[in-house]
Amino acid sequence: MWYHKPDINEELLQSLPNLKIVASSGVGIDHLDLNLLSSYGVKLSNTPFVVSTDTADLGLALMLASSRRLVEGYQMAVSPKTEYFPADWLGAELSGATLGIVGMGTIGYKVAERAKAFEMKILYHNRNQRKKEEESAVGAIYCKKIDDLLHQSDFVLLSVNLTPQTHKLIGKRELELMKPTATLINISRGLVVDQDALVEALHKKVIKAAALDVTYPEPLPRDHPLLKLKNVIITPHIGSATKKTRRLMMENMTESIQAGLTGLPIPNEVS
Amino acid sequence: MSKKVQAIYLWWHKPVIDQELLQSLPNLKVIANSGVGMDHLDLKLVASFGVKMANAPHAVSSSTADTGMALLLASARRLVEGYQIAISSDMEYCEADFLGVEVTGATLGIIGMGSIGYKIALRAKAFEMNILYHNRTRRKEQEEQAVGATYCEKIDNLLQQADFVMVVVSLTPQTHKLIGKREMELMKPTATLINISRGAVIDQEALVTALQTGVIRAAALDVTYPEPLPRDHTLLKLKNVIITPHLGIKTDKATYMITEEATENILAALNGLPIPSEVLPS
Repeated sequence: MWYHKPDINEELLQSLPNLKIVASSGVGIDHLDLNLLSSYGVKLSNTPFVVSTDTADLGLALMLASSRRLVEGYQMAVSPKTEYFPADWLGAELSGATLGIVGMGTIGYKVAERAKAFEMKILYHNRNQRKKEEESAVGAIYCKKIDDLLHQSDFVLLSVNLTPQTHKLIGKRELELMKPTATLINISRGLVVDQDALVEALHKKVIKAAALDVTYPEPLPRDHPLLKLKNVIITPHIGSATKKTRRLMMENMTESIQAGLTGLPIPNEVS
Repeated sequence: MSKKVQAIYLWWHKPVIDQELLQSLPNLKVIANSGVGMDHLDLKLVASFGVKMANAPHAVSSSTADTGMALLLASARRLVEGYQIAISSDMEYCEADFLGVEVTGATLGIIGMGSIGYKIALRAKAFEMNILYHNRTRRKEQEEQAVGATYCEKIDNLLQQADFVMVVVSLTPQTHKLIGKREMELMKPTATLINISRGAVIDQEALVTALQTGVIRAAALDVTYPEPLPRDHTLLKLKNVIITPHLGIKTDKATYMITEEATENILAALNGLPIPSEVLPS
């Protein structure tokens, strides 16, 4: 299963009486009805760990591109109208700034490891606090209340999975708690953010900028305001899009399928 | 008015320091540069007028290192192309075969391991990159170990092994066109060249050819020669090139710190004290 295709619904499951396993690419399973699959006796697997470093790398790529205005800069550098580079054109420094990570799972933790090397101050919000050694290794400070993280962060990075609890986790209220100089980075799922509230917040300069690898839907309708805002970078859900990782994902999926077909324990099974 | 001028703070190479200007300012004591590069100044000419020179080496290193990493990541993951697809009026679906190359675990070759090069190594280490470096002189063992960097006495060894080649040298007669046809042909065809030093360190014509014929995979350049490039230059049109408008130190924080550093240099010179970041003609 790649990019949510085919659509796994009642009709499909009924038409495939001998279906034993669905192997889903990537780590997210929000697009699947686990109860439905289970009721048909169909097993499910994903590819959880192999996507982590690429997704964390993309999180950093978006943070750097946004803070240093890389896309705008590129456009200026290649535009037919450019005669000189203005001396007062500035971005924001990443080194030494405060990063707030919402969702400190495998991917969130790898983002922290990378951000530490940029001498960033790291705050995190998670369902559970991480072990002390894990926190010290990246210099991360736990914020039990997401509000504390939002107040202090220059960059807020979302790396939660999409569940009923995280649906629209970042809405008008959360955006208003953020600094007006802050940037929102989303590498989780589009639905974790209230998109309409985000558009409004960006228009009214409630926050400074956003960089999104994920939206809802994907792709956005071509007339969507997010596509036109200068202070927004959107990438087409490329978090795990490297040759090496895609190959590893395929290998994982093949292993899971083979185990599922021969009745052996399934690697990366999702129950 | 010209007799009153004792110090010049050079911002983006303006004003141009030539014989005429120096002759017109008899009481000029010091020229403080914003930034670290001094290649736009005739050091011997300035010294011959008894004028001291200083740069701002410390304030630039973090922001320039960040720029290097920003370009490396943006190129590897095809961020600009991805953005263009994401907002294009005819995007109907996300292409499943839009792929970039991995950064984590790849090999980074740093050419020029000064303050900026070293800060790049510190950042790259967090991405679990394998770090090679080439420098006029070898760094101390503890410094190498702290970032896991391996010295390549011959630049060829670095070029042959690196997935990403990052150029971070100062521009001198020795580094002019340091990376030319020969060097690019030694690089892997899957490799990316990143330049955050000076445009003239790379043979630009050779780079165009290398990119068009697949000798290297891609390039990301914060600096070119000249800046900006002529609007019909081929580099502006290649899909596998990211160019940024020399934004290496263009952050609010860095520009503030650079100005502070320059002010210290100027005040020291005017008070006859040792200048913190004096630059002597070599």
